[in-house]
Amino acid sequence: MSLKDRRLAELRSRIPEIPAAAAHARQREGSLLVDVREDEETAAGSPAGALRLPRGFLELRIEDKAPDTARPILLICAGGTRSLFAAEDLKRLGYQDVGSVEGGFSAWKAAGLPVEVPPALDASQRERYRRHLTMPEVGERGQHRLLQSRVALIGAGGLGSPVAMYLAAAGVGRLTLIDDDRVERSNLQRQILHAESRLGQRKVESGRTALLDLNPTIEVVAQDARIEAANVLDLLGGHDVVVDGSDNLPTRYLVNDACLRLGVPVVYGAIFRFEGQVSVFGGGPAAQRPCYRCLFPEPPPAEYAPSCAEAGVLGVLPGVIGTIMAAETVKLLLGLGQPLAGRLLLYDGLRGEFNEIAVPVDPDCASCSGRAGPELRDLAAVCGA
Amino acid sequence: MTDVTIRMPTPLRGFIGGLDQVTVPASTVGEALAVLTAGREPLRDRLFTSDGELRRFVNVYLGRDDVRRIGGLEAALPAGATLTVMVALAGG
Repeated sequence: MSLKDRRLAELRSRIPEIPAAAAHARQREGSLLVDVREDEETAAGSPAGALRLPRGFLELRIEDKAPDTARPILLICAGGTRSLFAAEDLKRLGYQDVGSVEGGFSAWKAAGLPVEVPPALDASQRERYRRHLTMPEVGERGQHRLLQSRVALIGAGGLGSPVAMYLAAAGVGRLTLIDDDRVERSNLQRQILHAESRLGQRKVESGRTALLDLNPTIEVVAQDARIEAANVLDLLGGHDVVVDGSDNLPTRYLVNDACLRLGVPVVYGAIFRFEGQVSVFGGGPAAQRPCYRCLFPEPPPAEYAPSCAEAGVLGVLPGVIGTIMAAETVKLLLGLGQPLAGRLLLYDGLRGEFNEIAVPVDPDCASCSGRAGPELRDLAAVCGA
Repeated sequence: MTDVTIRMPTPLRGFIGGLDQVTVPASTVGEALAVLTAGREPLRDRLFTSDGELRRFVNVYLGRDDVRRIGGLEAALPAGATLTVMVALAGG
């Protein structure tokens, strides 16, 4: 008997070998199924819902994926041999209930059990997103989720610029830029999506050029349109997150009401001079996240409204607020951490201070408390002197 | 009576000489805002209706909380309280 066979016989006496069908049943009951084959092997197919963790990284990364050492773990490889060695390693590491799938993936397939082909990153994607892939909170699964995500950005201006740049860099698969302006030289003090060489272009086209230069592997949809009640659902539908970087109150109310109807979260940001506001509205289970109207039920009448004349803003201010908006967007897409919902972050650039106020759900909110969806209508442009 | 700091949003700072915050003596939210707006009729008109109610598009927070939810203008101010006046910002 070879050394290997002697060792395997000894392992078989201690490690439970579970037939594929029984392993599948246990997986559905909560056991963690870990495919320990190499990436090249799993690329052609792997048990549906399995964690794919090549054996060479098993001990290094398993704790991030399975922090509870009491949770039953089932390991699977190609034929049921490597998984026995790996099971022994996990037991040594402290996992209490570890089994090996008898016959491995061959037996799994032969039994007609569910298989999925994991979306694979190519070599250039692996290089591009390496700093994401090495983070357990993102990893390959999270990067795939980003690549499959769709985000609409309202406004390709001050706030839209940094948000779009960081989301493109992060690999958000489809970005829809919505804006009906052209690039002017006075934009360039803060709107870093645009450039002197693209003065006069539609902002969405200029933005598309910049974003694809940064990351040519994503899709950028340019919507040269002004959001109105008649087109808002078409423009925003089908997105996972809407980023509101618009420059006027009527659009903000309309976007809020439309996104409540669509069930899509809005990452909100607004700026003026040295001051900024950021929050996340809607998108959660009904009545669990406030909406913009829970914070500001109605816009001010014209005589009290912010001036429509171009508002002064410190050029870097949209960078401060926009990058927080981008971070909140990525968190929402990946389901990470606590979204900035139910609270509004206030930034005072002159004092260098962040403050936070509570924004609870308003049970009487005209938009999000009713059973019927809010009526979508265009508000008159409100302009102060 | 305690000293309360009132933070003002950028769009309303012009009403108080460009200051970003002021400190006034007061026992309640209403008293603090009355001191703030005394002699500043345009600011009073901006914050309050003719009935003396806070306008619906103006929010005032005691610490983190909207004063409308914690007793309104009658809400008592603890020592060292900070009020934050907030209005919508449109810019993007």
